[in-house]
Amino acid sequence: MISVGHYLAVSAVLFTLGVLGIFINRKNIIVILMAIELILLAVNINLVAFSAALGDLVGQVFAMFVLTVAAGEAAIGLAILVIYFRGRGTIAVDDANRMKG
Amino acid sequence: MIQAIVFLPLLAALVAGLGQRAIGPFAAKLITTGALFTSCALSWPIFLSFVWNTGTPEVVTVLHWVSSGALQFNWELRVDTLTAVMLVVITTVSALVHLYSWGYMEEDPDQPRFFAYLSLFTFAMLMLVTANNLVQMFFGWEGVGLASYLLIGFWYKKPSANAAAIKAFVVNRVGDLGFMLGIFGTFLVFGTVSIPDILNAAPGMAGSSITFLGMRLDTMTILCLLLFIGAMGKSAQLGLHTWLPDAMEGPTPVSALIHAATMVTAGVFMVCRLSPMFETAPVAQGVVMFVGAATCFFAATVATTQWDIKRVIAYSTCSQLGYMFFAAGAGAYGAAMFHLFTHAFFKALLFLGAGSVIHAMHHEQDMRYYGNLRKQIPITYWAMMLGTLAITGVGIAGVAGFAGFYSKDGILEAAFASGGGGVIAFWVGIFVAFLTSFYSWRLVFLTFYGKARWEQSEHIQHAVHDAHGHDDHAHGAHDDHHHHDAHSDGTAGYHPHESPITMLIPLVLLSIGAVFAGIAFHHQFIYPEEGTAFWQGSMLAFDAHLMHAAHEVPLWVKWTPFTVMAIGLFLAWNSYIRNTSLPARFVAQFGLLHNFLYRKWYFDELYDIVFVKPAFAIGRFFWKRGDEQTIDRFGPDGAAALVQGGTRLAVRLQSGYVYGYAFVMLLGLVGLASWAMVKFL
Repeated sequence: MISVGHYLAVSAVLFTLGVLGIFINRKNIIVILMAIELILLAVNINLVAFSAALGDLVGQVFAMFVLTVAAGEAAIGLAILVIYFRGRGTIAVDDANRMKG
Repeated sequence: MIQAIVFLPLLAALVAGLGQRAIGPFAAKLITTGALFTSCALSWPIFLSFVWNTGTPEVVTVLHWVSSGALQFNWELRVDTLTAVMLVVITTVSALVHLYSWGYMEEDPDQPRFFAYLSLFTFAMLMLVTANNLVQMFFGWEGVGLASYLLIGFWYKKPSANAAAIKAFVVNRVGDLGFMLGIFGTFLVFGTVSIPDILNAAPGMAGSSITFLGMRLDTMTILCLLLFIGAMGKSAQLGLHTWLPDAMEGPTPVSALIHAATMVTAGVFMVCRLSPMFETAPVAQGVVMFVGAATCFFAATVATTQWDIKRVIAYSTCSQLGYMFFAAGAGAYGAAMFHLFTHAFFKALLFLGAGSVIHAMHHEQDMRYYGNLRKQIPITYWAMMLGTLAITGVGIAGVAGFAGFYSKDGILEAAFASGGGGVIAFWVGIFVAFLTSFYSWRLVFLTFYGKARWEQSEHIQHAVHDAHGHDDHAHGAHDDHHHHDAHSDGTAGYHPHESPITMLIPLVLLSIGAVFAGIAFHHQFIYPEEGTAFWQGSMLAFDAHLMHAAHEVPLWVKWTPFTVMAIGLFLAWNSYIRNTSLPARFVAQFGLLHNFLYRKWYFDELYDIVFVKPAFAIGRFFWKRGDEQTIDRFGPDGAAALVQGGTRLAVRLQSGYVYGYAFVMLLGLVGLASWAMVKFL
């Protein structure tokens, strides 16, 4: 029998992978976007798991919202990335270091 | 009339100094010189009226000045015999120096400034001598100090001139402190700063005492000594004399006007003006005499070894001022003023003559590179000759003589007649008369006689090279040959030219003064009967008995100055014309003594060790340790360093990498979540 604990474990693994993908990855900004998706999905799994376990639909409704936001975020992120690539000719993470005063 | 004399120079100085852009250099020179000649023309009638005993002392109030409780005084111009003597000295020498500067400063780009300073100086000096209260005298005193500072440092691009100006100013401050304390003390004791009131009350205060720092001191002695310290500073007496030789960095007309004829005699004038005070303090008089005699001796010994023509004359001035002071100390104020009067003419003459020589020799001042100039610049030569005859006191007792003969012999006879310490001062004076003769004739012989020694002078070489610049290109090798010919007679092919007419007129006029100032006025200044009539009303403590005694001195006293003068002349002639290797052999033999004199008794070195170095050390301590390492370190610099360190850390956090920011966000989030869990669960 698969319990809530299993779901949460998968979610935690995914979340950790996402976080590490942001910090350890030094190559590609697209990977960062994908890592953000992973984090969001991990949250979604959490929400849905608790929703099913507690019999409360709010969690699943909330997961749908998260998916919508994630789609929008991915679209905007990729759009920014394209502009960025046009401007600097690279999408290497270490080259994107202008965010400072 | 007296207002015109005093304020015309001020007006001219303001117009020339502030309006020089508007009126141009020629008008500035014309206005200042014209104002001075007008002042001079107005001064002589006043002086002559006192000489003929038709003048009456008067006090002219110009403005109300201070009225504060017991302290009340006005701007007042006092005209009496003493002032009249100073008026003619100041305005005459100043007017002639103005005229002389037309020629001497011809190539200087800053002439309006120069003439404005000269006129400003004259105004301050006139203010000093016409003062009717001590505060106004102090105003003039500081005014001449300021003008002297400005004029010594006139060529402000020369570091040595700036240093000399600062030195003159600082050394004078020491004297001025004494003068100020003297004024404060006088006000404390007499309750007034009005000179006539003080002098009238002074005899009543004789023998009284005041307590100072727990000591009972004689009031008049302490006041007179404080005032005399002021006089010492201004008149370059031993101890505070170090600024005067350095002041020769200024243009030569300035040296003639300020550092020979007028400003440096302000101390003598002040002692004479306050002579009734000094008469009540025998101890102070003794100090005046001692300091005067010591200065006289010291400066004359140094003058015998110097090579710079202006320095020789500067030390000579210092020495002559010593004569004036020991005359004043002996109680012969008339003789002191007489020597001041004649000295102004012949010393200004010597300085302007030296300026003319320097002008002819292309700014070479070292006498070692002069020689044989008497045929090249004959008018200057004769002027210098008359000046030297005057300063060495050439004259035959009872018949006639040059100006210095009357005044110097007057001083020596008065010193001898005053007895006691005066006899010692007399013998010092006699020895100094010998030295005076030696160094004065040495100057004349080195400059005007012997072989031309110009070729070693860098200034002359420059001049010759500039003059022949074009020829060199034209003639090439031939010209080199010509140069060798010129070298053989020591002239380096240089031809000195006599100075322009504007410089020669003052020389001629001052020569007249140097020759006749003594014979024309010695009755009025130092004879018992005429002197009493002449000085009456000026409150000068003229001692007819002393003067009478001075005339009754033994015949050998009258003849000794002339004899030692002749010995000095012979020695100078023997050393510098007949046997020119003698000085070098003397130096080799007595190197230690020569060095001691040549280095001016090591006064500058001594002051450097005793005052200048410690002052620098203390200053550096407070600057480095006190300010930089304590106040700045923990104060402004410390706070700034703290902020800088903090920001440097903050900057390191702000890497610009997205993952860095994300990591911080995560940390924050984790922290917040942990806090919330601890708080709410």
